[in-house]
Amino acid sequence: MNTVDTPFNRLASWVHACSGYIRCSVVLAILSISLIGTHALAQVSGTIKDDTGLPLRGVTVKVKGTTKGAVSDKDGRYSIATTSTDKTLVFTLIGYAKKEVDINGRSTIDVVMSLDVQRLEDVVVVGYGSAIKKDITGSVIKVKASEIADVPVPSFDVAIQGKAAGVNVVQGSGKLGQGIRVQVRGAASISASQEPLYVLDGVPLTTSLGGFAGAFTNARSVNPLADINPQDIESIDVLKDAASAAIYGSRGANGVVLITTKKGKAGKTNINFSVQRGFSAPSRFLQFANTRQALEYFRRAAGATDRIEGIDPKSPDSYTTALLEYFEEQSLGLFKASDPDNLNGVPDTDWGRAVLRSDAPSTQIDLSISGGSDKTLFHLSGQYMDQEGIVIGNSLNRLSGRLNVEHKVSDIFKAGFNLSIARTNNNRLPGDNAFSSPLQAVALPPLVPFLDPTTNLPVGTPPGNPNVPVYYNPIIGVNHSYRRYVVLRNLGNIFGELTITEGLSLRGQFGFDVASQSEEQWFGSKTVRNSGFPLGGVYNYNEAVENFTSSLFLNYNGRFAEVVELGATAGLEYQQSQTKTQSLAAQDLPSDGFRLASAAAKPISVDARETAFSFVGYFARANVKIAEKYLLTLNARVDGSSRFGANNRYGFFPAASAGWVISEEDFLKDNEVLSFLKLRASYGLTGNAEIGNFGSRALVAGDAIYGSLSGLLPGTRPLQIPNPNLTWENTAQAEIGIDYGLLSNRISGEINVYNKLSTGLLLTVQVPGTTGFRTQVRNLGTLLNRGIEFVFNSDNINADNFSWKTTINFASNQNQVVDLQGQVLTGGIANLPSRAEAGHPLGVFYTREYAGVNPETGDAEWFVNTKKPDGTLDKTRTNVYGNAQSIHAGSPVPAWTAGVINTFNIYGFDLSFQFNAVMGNRINFYGVGQYSFAGARFEDNVTVDQLNTWSPTNKTAKLPETRYLIENGSQASSRFLLDGSFVRLRIATLGYNFSRQMFADAGIPLNSLRLYVTGFNLLTFTNYAGWDPEVNTDDFTGNIGQGIDFYTAPQPRTIMFGLSVGF
Amino acid sequence: MNTLLRTSLLSVGVTFALVLSACDPLLNVKPVTQIDAATDLKDALAVRVALNGAYDGLSNRYIWGGEVWCYADLMGEENDIRFRGTFQYMGDIWRRTLNTLNSGAAEVWLVGYSTINRVNRILAVIDTLPAAERNSVRGQALFIRAVCYFEMIRLYGKTWGDGDNASNPGVPLVLTPSQIFQTGVLSEGEKPSRASVAAVYEQIIKDLTDAESLLPATSEATRANKATAAAVLSRVYLMQGRYAEARDAANRVISTNRYSLAPTFTEAFRESLPGFAAETIFRVPVSEQDGVNQLNVFYSATPGGRRDMEILAGHLTKYEMNDARRAFFFTVGRRLTSKWVDQFGDIPAIRFAEMLLTRAECNARLGTTVGAPPADDINRIRRRVGLADLAPSAVTIDAILRERRNELAFEGHWLHDKKRTRSSIVSGGTTYPFNSDRLVFPVPNREIIANPNLRQNPGYVD
Repeated sequence: MNTVDTPFNRLASWVHACSGYIRCSVVLAILSISLIGTHALAQVSGTIKDDTGLPLRGVTVKVKGTTKGAVSDKDGRYSIATTSTDKTLVFTLIGYAKKEVDINGRSTIDVVMSLDVQRLEDVVVVGYGSAIKKDITGSVIKVKASEIADVPVPSFDVAIQGKAAGVNVVQGSGKLGQGIRVQVRGAASISASQEPLYVLDGVPLTTSLGGFAGAFTNARSVNPLADINPQDIESIDVLKDAASAAIYGSRGANGVVLITTKKGKAGKTNINFSVQRGFSAPSRFLQFANTRQALEYFRRAAGATDRIEGIDPKSPDSYTTALLEYFEEQSLGLFKASDPDNLNGVPDTDWGRAVLRSDAPSTQIDLSISGGSDKTLFHLSGQYMDQEGIVIGNSLNRLSGRLNVEHKVSDIFKAGFNLSIARTNNNRLPGDNAFSSPLQAVALPPLVPFLDPTTNLPVGTPPGNPNVPVYYNPIIGVNHSYRRYVVLRNLGNIFGELTITEGLSLRGQFGFDVASQSEEQWFGSKTVRNSGFPLGGVYNYNEAVENFTSSLFLNYNGRFAEVVELGATAGLEYQQSQTKTQSLAAQDLPSDGFRLASAAAKPISVDARETAFSFVGYFARANVKIAEKYLLTLNARVDGSSRFGANNRYGFFPAASAGWVISEEDFLKDNEVLSFLKLRASYGLTGNAEIGNFGSRALVAGDAIYGSLSGLLPGTRPLQIPNPNLTWENTAQAEIGIDYGLLSNRISGEINVYNKLSTGLLLTVQVPGTTGFRTQVRNLGTLLNRGIEFVFNSDNINADNFSWKTTINFASNQNQVVDLQGQVLTGGIANLPSRAEAGHPLGVFYTREYAGVNPETGDAEWFVNTKKPDGTLDKTRTNVYGNAQSIHAGSPVPAWTAGVINTFNIYGFDLSFQFNAVMGNRINFYGVGQYSFAGARFEDNVTVDQLNTWSPTNKTAKLPETRYLIENGSQASSRFLLDGSFVRLRIATLGYNFSRQMFADAGIPLNSLRLYVTGFNLLTFTNYAGWDPEVNTDDFTGNIGQGIDFYTAPQPRTIMFGLSVGF
Repeated sequence: MNTLLRTSLLSVGVTFALVLSACDPLLNVKPVTQIDAATDLKDALAVRVALNGAYDGLSNRYIWGGEVWCYADLMGEENDIRFRGTFQYMGDIWRRTLNTLNSGAAEVWLVGYSTINRVNRILAVIDTLPAAERNSVRGQALFIRAVCYFEMIRLYGKTWGDGDNASNPGVPLVLTPSQIFQTGVLSEGEKPSRASVAAVYEQIIKDLTDAESLLPATSEATRANKATAAAVLSRVYLMQGRYAEARDAANRVISTNRYSLAPTFTEAFRESLPGFAAETIFRVPVSEQDGVNQLNVFYSATPGGRRDMEILAGHLTKYEMNDARRAFFFTVGRRLTSKWVDQFGDIPAIRFAEMLLTRAECNARLGTTVGAPPADDINRIRRRVGLADLAPSAVTIDAILRERRNELAFEGHWLHDKKRTRSSIVSGGTTYPFNSDRLVFPVPNREIIANPNLRQNPGYVD
C-alpha cells in the first residue's frame, strides 16, 4: 500500500475495506427474498407469573421457529398473533428458566415461570453468536452480573477471581489501577502476551494502554480494563478450549473473554440506584525491628566485621565507629555515638505503618434506567466511583456512562448501538523498585524521626538535611510530587441486523475503542534528592489509541427432518489500531507553584512515537444437533496480520468438537438421579498474535544522541535484528469433558481434562552480545499446559424461605517448557533469576541452595551441588558462595487453585462467602529479603523474625552471623524462595432484600430495596513471611519473571456498606 | 431454503475472495518510530549520524559514562573506599566476590560490543563519505572501537604478562558488522571464541595507531583527534609495560602544547571553570538532556549522587599534610570525594595530568628524559596542589606511583596500576595478589549460554 500515511490514504484504505462489505451486502440483499406464506390468524393471550404468584413483566413471548414476538406488561399479560401453522410458544426472561408451551389450538395460555437454577440452560456467548450451555461442545465458562455485583473492586477481572475454573487472576499488588495478570489454563506463551483476548460487545479491546509510559518515570503498567464499569456488564463468558476460541483464530490461544453489556427489557422502565461506601486497610503487615532491636542487631554486626577484619572497634575507620556515626546522623543527632546505650529521646518510627493507611475510603454510586417497548430497548447507566489506596498517595476515581439502544426498524431489520464513555483518574505511585515507592520506607532505620525536629517537616524534606534518612524518604514524594494519570475511553459499536429469512440473519457491526490517556507528573523542588530537580521538574505523557473493528457475518439456524438442528456462522472482520504518543520532560520551575512545562527553564526531552497494526480475518462455524443427542461443531478462521513476517502473512486455524448427550439415550432417559450427562471432546488450533507490531523487521533507531560543546547532535543505532519468518504462535488444544446434572439438575457441573501444546513460541532468544545485539525474536519454543478442572454447583436446600447453594471450582494446571532448542531464557531479578528452560515450568527459580548456618563459624553455607560422576549432586556445604552451583529451586506456578462459594437465602436475607485457595507456588522474596532479613550487608532495617542470629556466644541460633557491610547469607539463594500458598476469604456478603409485596401492599412505589455489607479479603491463612502471598511486583515482572515480591503493596482488606433501590 | 442457504454461503465466499484480494496492502503497516534498516547508511549524512551513534555508545553509562571506572576503583582500593549502596553487583565488585550473573560484568560486555558493532557498520560503508571526510570518520570510529576493547580486555582477561599472553583468553575480536542484522540468521561465524590477550592488544594498538594517523590534529574535546588517540595509546602501552612507546605517546600529547594543567586542582573537575577545558584531552558530554555521569551517581551526594562510595579516613593518611588533594573531600554524613559533585558536568575521561605522570614514570623506568626529566613533570603536578618540589633523587618509581595514585584517585586507574606493577591489593583484611582470579571479571553468564564457544574465566562457576 502507500508508504506515505496521509488522511486521504487512510480514508482510501477504509473505503477499500468497506467496499468488500458493501459488495457482500448487496449480494445478500438481492438474495434476501423470502417467501412469506399467508395462513389463518389467531390471537393467543394469557398471564405470566412467577413461583410466588407475582406477575412477571418483560417476558419475551415468541412463536417457535418464527420471528413473531410479544412482551408481557406490568401485570404479566401478553397477547400474540399466531397462525394455524404455529405450534409452540417460547417464554424467556433472563434469570428464569425458558419455557416452551404447545398451543394446541388454545387462545388463552397462562404460564408460571421459575427462577433458573439450571445453569445448563444458561445462554453462553460464543463469539459472533450465542448458544445454550447444554448444547455446546467446547468449554465456555460464564460469570453473570449477579455474581460480581457486590464486589468492591474497580475492574471486573478482579471480581471474577476464584469464580471461574481455569481462569487465574493475579492482582499483583494493592496499588489501585495497576496491571493485572489473567491467564486462562496456564501460561501459553513465553515472550508474547499470556493474556486472553478481551472482546466487549464484539469489539476486541485495546489492552496495551500505557505501553510507553513509565520509561521516564518508573511508573508501571495500568489496567486497561479499569475503564469498564463492572456494573454495566451483563455477563462474562470465557472461551477456554480451542474449539471455542478458534473462531478468534490467531488471537485465541490464550483464551477469549467475551464481555456483554446490559440491555434493556421491554416493559416498565426500571430505575435502579445504589450507593456503596466503605473502607480499606492492608490485608497484612510485615513487622520490622524497632529502635532497640535494630541497634542491638547492627552493633553486633559491626563488632563482627571489626573482629573479622582485625580492626580495633574504637579506631576511626572501624565499622563500629562508622555504624554509630551513621546512626547518629540518621537520628539527626538524637542518638549519640558517644553514648550508644542511652535510648532516651531516640526516635522509634514504624515506617511500615507510616506509609500504609487503614482508613482508605471508597465510594461508589450507580444509577441505571432501563426498559423499552417491543420496538425499542434501552439501557442507560452511570457510575461514579472513588477509591483511595491503602498506600499513601494512591487513589482512583472513575466517572462513566453507558447507553445501549436497540431498535426494531421492521420485522426484518433492527439496528442499534452500545456506547460508553469513561474518565478514569488514577493518582499513581512509582514502581516498586523506586526509592520513592512508599513501601520502600520500611528499609529506613527506626531511629530516623518521622518529623525533622528542626523543620517540623517529614524527615529529609529541605531545608532539612536531604541525605537523611539513608534512602530517600518516599513521604516527601507523596507530599511534593504527583503522577496524575487520566484516561478518557470511548467504547462502543453500531450494528444492524437483517433477518433475511427465517433462521438466517446478517449482522454488520462497526466497533471502536478510542482511548486518550495522559499522565502529568510534577516533582517539586523538595524532591531533589530523588528526582534530581533542584528547582522542580515536570513530565507529561500523552497517548492516543484508535482501535477500529468492523465485522460482517451471517448466522443461520434451522431444523431439518425434525431431529436435525443446524447452526452456521460465517463472516469477516477487519481491525486496525494505531497508537500515538508524545511526551516531554523539563526542569527548573520558578517555584513549586508552577507545575507545567510552560514555566520550565530547561527542556530535558521531547519524544513522539507511533505504532500500528492491522488484522483481516475470515471465519466460519457450523454446528449440528441431531435428536438432542449428538452435537458437532466445526470452526475455522483465516487471519492475516501486519505483525507477521513477509514470509508468513496468513494463518489458518481450524477446530472441531463433538458432544454426546448420553442422558437423552433411552437407557438413561428416565434415570431419577442422573438428569443430564454429556460427553464432549474438542480439538483445534489457535494462535497468539501478540508478538509486537514490528518484530519481524530490522530496525534502526534515531535515539543515539550525542553531545557536543555547541549542543546535541542526532545519532542512529541499530535497534532490532530482523526475522522475516516471524509469525503467530500456535496452540493445539485437545479437551475431553463431561457436563453433568443430578437430581433434576439440582446438582450440576462439569469436569474437563485438557492438553494444550503451544509451539512456535516466540522467544526473545539471547544472541551472543558480540553481534552487537542482545536478543532476537524467533518462533521456536514449545510449551505444554495440561490440566483438569472441576465445577460443582449444588442447590443444597431450596425451601420456601431458605435456600443454600454451593459452588466449587477447582483447577490444576501443569505447565512445562518442552523445548527451547537448547536455550535458557532468564527473567525476573538478575541475581535470583526466573528461567524458561526445557523440562521445567515456566518461570522456575534458579539459584544456589541455601544450607543454613555453620554452627562453628556463623558463616552462611550453601550446598555445592556440582554434579558427581554418578550423576548425583554433591551435597557438601561451602561458605564460598561462588563455589556453589545453582539448582532449580521451585516454581511460581501454583499446583492448584480453587474457589468455594456458599450462598444462603433466609427470608429476605442473603449471605454468601467465597474462599479462594492458591497452593503450591513459591514466591521470590529476595528483592526484599536481601536487605531486610539477611544480615547487615545493607543498612536497611530488618524484620523481627531475623534478629536471633548466630554469635560466638549464641552458636545454636539458626540464622547466620550478622556482619556489617559483609554478605553472609544475603546472597541470592533458595533461602528467599518462600511458600506462597494461601487460603483467603475473598468475599463475604450479607444483605437484606425488602420484599416487593411489602412495598406493593404499602403503596410505596418501590420495586426493590436492598441493604448489604460486603467484606473483601477479610481473612487470610498463609505461612508466607512477606506482606501478602498474592503478589506480583510491578517491576521485574514479565512472562518469565513471576511471583516476585519487591516491597509490593499488600492487597486491601475492604468493608463496604451498600444500599440499592429500584423504582 | 436449502438453495437459499447454499447461494448465500456461496455469495459470501465470493465476497471474501474479493476482499482477500485487497487485503495485502491493508496488512502492510510500516514502522515510523524507527526506520527499516535496509534504508539506512545510504548516504554521507546517514554515516555521520551513525558516527554520533557510535560516540553515544562510547558515552554509555557502562563505558565512558564512568561506571567502568568505579569498578576499577572498587576493586583496586586498599581500605580507601567503602561501598555502602544497595546495588548488589557493585558491592560484590568491591568485595571481589563477583559471580557470573553480575549485571555490571554483563553490561560492560553488551554495551561494549553494541558500540563496536556501530563502529564496524560505519567502517564497512566508509566509502559512502566524500574522500575529504573519510579519514577523520574512520579514525574516530577506530578510536571508539579501540577504547571499547581496551576497557574490556583489562576487565575480562588476565592482565598483560600474567602467564602467556598468546594463550590467555581475552575477549572475542569482532571487526565486521553484524551479519544477523542483515540476514536474521545467526551463523556459526557469529559465535566467536575468545581471542588471546595478545591478539586483542595487537588489535587495539593497530586501531589506535591507524586512528592517530588518520585523525585531524585538533577537534572538539568531545571527539577524537590525534592527541586523543595517542593518549589512549599511552595507556595501552603502559599497561603492557612498553615504557618507551608509552612515554613517546604521552609525549606526543604533551608536545602539542594544546593542553595544560588547570591552575587549581578543583578547576580540573568543574566543567564551568576555564581550567577544565585546558586540562581535558577527552570529555564525555553530559547534560540535563543526554548522557550520564556515573562517577557522580556513585561517588557524590544529592543532587544526582547516591553517596554509595564512602571515602575512609585511612585514605587521607596517604596524602602529605599540605596536599590540596587531601582536603578535596566533603562530608554528607560520610566522607565523599569532591571530584564528581557536578551532576550534569562533562566527564574528563583523559586529563593532561595523566600524560605527565605516564611520561615521568616511563622516563624514570628507562632512565631517559624525553620531553622533560621525571622530576619536572612530577613537580608540575605537586606544585599545583601546594606541595613542595621533590629533588630529582627523590623522584623514585615508588614516589611517582604514589603521586599517580593520589592524583588519579577515583578515576578508574587503581586496579589497573596495581595489576601492571604486579602489586597485591590489601583490603578488608584480605590480600589479593595482582593475578588473583578474584580481580578478573567473569564472562557474563548470558554470553556463555548464548555462545558455546566461550570459555569462562578460572574461579567462576556458571
